[in-house]
Amino acid sequence: MAILNVIEAITHALDLEMSRDDRVVVFGEDVGFEGGVFRATVGLQEKFGVKRCFDSVLAESAIIGSGIGMAINGLIPVVEIQFSGFMFPGYNQIVTHAARMRNRSRGRFTVPMVIRMPYGGGVRALEHHSESLEVLFSHIPGLKVVIPSTPYDAKGLLLAAIRDPDPVIFLEPKRIYRAFKQEIPDEDYTIPLGKAKVIKEGADLTVVCWGAMVRDVQKAIEPLEKEGHSIELIDLRTIAPWDKDTVIESVKKTGRIAVIHEAAKSYGPAAEIITAVNEGAFLYLEAPPKRITGLDTIVPLPKGEHHYLPDAQYIAQELKSVLTF
Amino acid sequence: MYFKSFNPLDGEQLQIMNEHGEIIRDDLMPDISDEDLIEMYKTMLFSRVIDTKTLQYQRQGRMLTYAPNLGQEATQVGTIAATRSTDWMASAFRELGAWLYRGAPLYNILLYWYGNEWGMHMPEDVKILPVSVPIASQLQHAAGLAYASVLKGEDDIAIGYVGDGGTSQGDFHEALNFAAVMNTPNVFIVQNNQYAISTKRSQQTNAATIAQKAIAYGMPGIQVDGNDIFAVYAATEEAVKRARSGGGPSLIECYTYRLGAHTTADDPTKYRDNEEVEQWKKKDPIDRLKKHLIMKNLWTEEKDLEQIENYGQYVKSTFEKVENSGLVPLEDVFDYHYEKRTPELERQYQERKAYNSSIGS
Ligand SMILES: Cc1ncc(C[n+]2csc(CCOP(=O)(O)OP(=O)(O)O)c2C)c(N)n1
Repeated sequence: MAILNVIEAITHALDLEMSRDDRVVVFGEDVGFEGGVFRATVGLQEKFGVKRCFDSVLAESAIIGSGIGMAINGLIPVVEIQFSGFMFPGYNQIVTHAARMRNRSRGRFTVPMVIRMPYGGGVRALEHHSESLEVLFSHIPGLKVVIPSTPYDAKGLLLAAIRDPDPVIFLEPKRIYRAFKQEIPDEDYTIPLGKAKVIKEGADLTVVCWGAMVRDVQKAIEPLEKEGHSIELIDLRTIAPWDKDTVIESVKKTGRIAVIHEAAKSYGPAAEIITAVNEGAFLYLEAPPKRITGLDTIVPLPKGEHHYLPDAQYIAQELKSVLTF
Repeated sequence: MYFKSFNPLDGEQLQIMNEHGEIIRDDLMPDISDEDLIEMYKTMLFSRVIDTKTLQYQRQGRMLTYAPNLGQEATQVGTIAATRSTDWMASAFRELGAWLYRGAPLYNILLYWYGNEWGMHMPEDVKILPVSVPIASQLQHAAGLAYASVLKGEDDIAIGYVGDGGTSQGDFHEALNFAAVMNTPNVFIVQNNQYAISTKRSQQTNAATIAQKAIAYGMPGIQVDGNDIFAVYAATEEAVKRARSGGGPSLIECYTYRLGAHTTADDPTKYRDNEEVEQWKKKDPIDRLKKHLIMKNLWTEEKDLEQIENYGQYVKSTFEKVENSGLVPLEDVFDYHYEKRTPELERQYQERKAYNSSIGS
């Protein structure tokens, strides 16, 4: 057992998988020598050599596009995009090729690669460093989108992502990179993609969230539970394909749902989840479903960012309105 | 003449003033009035003082992440000084000296790094685009600005800045190619400070120089000593003249060095040795120009100290104003996405406002 934070758990998973499978190659901007700006790949170049862990040129299209070629030709690239806001030059490659290669070649060519990127706000960053863009990937057929919320999950989900035969977008909530530590088994384990985690069971309300918001939500539901409300808390873990069954079954039991995310509200992931609930459990609903999300604005620079993210108190107030509807 | 005589394919670099501030190529000296030269020097000094003090504030926990410009002052001031104020400028994020020379108020610049969008709301007569954080994307705008200028029958040019790392981006190649094909009045400046965060220039391109890339696009290219303000100015002046007279775009590689960290979040001792930094300190562009000015009796050490002191006071009082600017009000977050708030934005605004007053904030 090691006690690790999220970023250390990611390093640990990469190390483990590079040792186990020599097809795994890790690269990206500043990833090799320095171990990445967040130090997720620290020590890997030293251990596995510059061929398997290297600094790429500063070009996201090159990182992802060449990764696709490597994947087709037998390697398993795990690439890092320094911040998710900078994936756009590479988005073209993700959408036009990574996501479609299997379909286009009727299964002959596949792209078993992982594209890791830190995402999300609350770290007082410059422009383009704070967005939650999970929906831009989740809307694209052929991609899987994974978001861990704990060190334990980060390891298990990343190992599963690397072993997945399709392209996986692995979004890392940077706000909790170093926020807390957890005991993690040293051995190999995976957490299946597409499977949500019921953090706690409850009877009155289903709350769905992921990533850094999980901790805020946990804080928010504490006083509500003390007041006697019973809340079922679900960490989606995989945004695409998402675990519809677990959520719908939960709503059938509780009759109420709220979805909480950092991403902007309109056309955000909550819209999809609530629509599916309407389709699958409409007659069980006792209150209108609720979205508690970021604003439909550009994430403000630090001096305005407090307006953007729903905090625990705001979440609690909104959840209360669903519970007492 | 500079571009023709200093062929990057032959590995030539334009240098006019040596490390001791002496003019080694009198025949190549650009024509700069004493007054302008002093203005240029003072801007470099101002930039250095801002960097130094801002780094202090950052270490005191009073400032957010900041990207220092130390060592690149000649590259920045020398290039922009060769343009005129009606020319457009599209920069990345490390062009403090150029912004200052163009009249960007210090208050704005500090406010931006302090995390407030109003920082990039510059006075009308300052023709610079806001900071571009996505690397190299701004060069495409420079190409468009220049093309529009031609279409409107104006003779303003557009100068665009990018780092050595940025030359790896598709956007760099696309912008230069577009500009060359469309014969736009552009000057593209590469601030080759040898590193893109931890990645060395040699890992960024296999070409011997960045300047030689110009040849493939069909435009003139030159590498200049980026710490020699005369070389920087001379090459830019020629490129600007060419652009303004319909001769199309040029690429200038300013060979310089980032003496500080990439940003305050970075620790450069991890990826480069002190010896290298010390070598480059000897080529400090400010020291060099100061020596030259003193030799020409245009400046004195006393004036220098006095100027540094004055700038220091000014930065201090300006930063205190920035610190007192407080948090951004809720309206500010909503008001600049469209000309008018959409009904949904209005709803979200009202919701947040009600919540804020319910918790008394
Ligand atoms: C498209 C994009 N990718 C990655 C980044 C993250 N990033 C910010 S600065 C930087 C290095 C830039 O190096 P260079 O272009 O040489 O300019 P310098 O910082 O040295 O002035 C990187 C990778 C970014 N801002 N934009």
